[in-house]
Amino acid sequence: MPGFDAVIGFLYQFGDAAAFLVLCASGLAIIFGMMGVINLAHGEFIMGGAYTTVTVAKLGVPLPLAVLCGALAAGAAGMVLERLVIRHLYGRPLDTIVATWGVSLIASQGTLILLGPSLSDISTPLGSVEIGALSYSVYRFVLMGVAAAILLGLYVLFNFTRFGVLARATIQVPHMAETLGVDTRLIYSLTFGIGAALAGATGGLYAPTMTLVPTMGVQFITEAFVTVVVGGGDVFLGTAPAGIVLGFIKSGMTTWEGQLAGQIGLLVAVILVIRVLPRGISGLMLRERA
Amino acid sequence: MAEDPLLTIAGLRAGYGGKPVLQGIDLAIPRGEITAVIGRNGVGKSTLIKAIIGLLPPSAGSIRFGGREIGALTAHARARLGLGYVPQGRDVFPRMSVEENLKVGMSIRGAPNPDYDAIYGYFPILRERRRQAAGTLSGGQQQQLAIGRVLVGGPSLVLLDEPSEGIQPSIVQDIARIGVDLNRRTGLTIVLVEQNIDMIRAMAQRCFVMDKGRVTAELTPAMLDDRDIVRRHLAV
Ligand SMILES: Nc1ncnc2c1ncn2[C@@H]1O[C@H](COP(=O)(O)OP(=O)(O)O)[C@@H](O)[C@H]1O
Ligand SMILES: [Mg+2]
Repeated sequence: MPGFDAVIGFLYQFGDAAAFLVLCASGLAIIFGMMGVINLAHGEFIMGGAYTTVTVAKLGVPLPLAVLCGALAAGAAGMVLERLVIRHLYGRPLDTIVATWGVSLIASQGTLILLGPSLSDISTPLGSVEIGALSYSVYRFVLMGVAAAILLGLYVLFNFTRFGVLARATIQVPHMAETLGVDTRLIYSLTFGIGAALAGATGGLYAPTMTLVPTMGVQFITEAFVTVVVGGGDVFLGTAPAGIVLGFIKSGMTTWEGQLAGQIGLLVAVILVIRVLPRGISGLMLRERA
Repeated sequence: MAEDPLLTIAGLRAGYGGKPVLQGIDLAIPRGEITAVIGRNGVGKSTLIKAIIGLLPPSAGSIRFGGREIGALTAHARARLGLGYVPQGRDVFPRMSVEENLKVGMSIRGAPNPDYDAIYGYFPILRERRRQAAGTLSGGQQQQLAIGRVLVGGPSLVLLDEPSEGIQPSIVQDIARIGVDLNRRTGLTIVLVEQNIDMIRAMAQRCFVMDKGRVTAELTPAMLDDRDIVRRHLAV
């Protein structure tokens, strides 16, 4: 049944593309949406997470735990970066862009000097499954599930926990949260750490599927930015729908004309969105709700 | 007033950037009283309140609260010591529900199972609107929320900056009545910045007048009963 295979094949491509966009953008979106910080070092947090995951996995640690180590390492590095650099630049978005760009260069070049041009990689786990006439990587299905689980987890974290309520209060009226007893610096630091940890987890999750090089962050950061620009500042109203819409465009164009067309489709989409919806999908939704 | 004021301010100076506003404030706020601070627009009343709660660093002078110097503490540390702040303009968290706003105020206590009944008892409208986004409330409702949000944390001193501004008279009366009731029953100390003569007279036991960044006069309760004297000090 070629029709059936085509449909399943497309859904697989679509799910894979959407999961990738959501995973690589969610950390960037949290840091941008909650703190107004454009973090150009996002790709290097992904790289750091991937390197940590692979290094730990090679010591014999099971992959899920190794990914967790990658996330924690990136999160800790994020909190240190917030403490040393970002904190001094709140309210100065252009300075923050330059500073995080500098950090990004230092991190990728530093990795190149210290660890060489590439790290031997680990193989993709879980093998493949046949559906109809075609076979699919099981691990890719796991990634789709993890993307959905991370969105759900973030939703619960920011809506139903004490930390989430205090973080949203801090983001909405920082001086008022502070005078109600909220340690807003700690909230910013933890929020940045969570964004960085998500980047690290993304790197760890994709590490078994790709070659690890110090500049690998570049492969993620374009799509992360495209998703955040299209989605706007809200992770749930923005990043998730943007990941789905862009995943559809990318997988559709890729199926039709190949990888390059998929990339072109993404960039055309982002240009159109900037023209029509300057505050992204979530800007539109928030305006309509208000 | 010599007997152990809750808040003592001496020689306090603060301003914005290079612009000095407070030019050496001396003030003692007695424990368990409602003290009003009045003065024309722009004399620095809100600036004084912000300096007390810790949103504005003092350039000189001291702020003692309950016998402890707090001038160098962050605002959240001062809040945790028992200072509560209701800003001019209310500043509710607009995209959070009424109950979530209260939850932020409650978090100072770290109570695992928040109980908002006392607050809802004072402000029944908040119970009715508890799931509504705070940004969609009317001005008067937002003011009630801003007050409830700080009371839920159990402060010993509340700084109220122009609570009557832009609010219908019936709600102004409610707020004055609740303030007096809390003060009588629980001994809550209140510092009230106000322009509304009726509210000042309904609430304050003592009143300081500010001009050009200084405290220039103190009005006795008897003087507060004379509308003309109060009006003269408020005149623009
Ligand atoms: N954020 C600010 N930045 C600079 N100047 C300010 C700021 N807020 C108030 N001012 C100035 O400080 C002075 C005192 O203001 P304020 O304390 O708000 O007066 P009041 O509350 O008595 O009306 C005014 O001249 C005002 O213009
Ligand atoms: Mg004022």
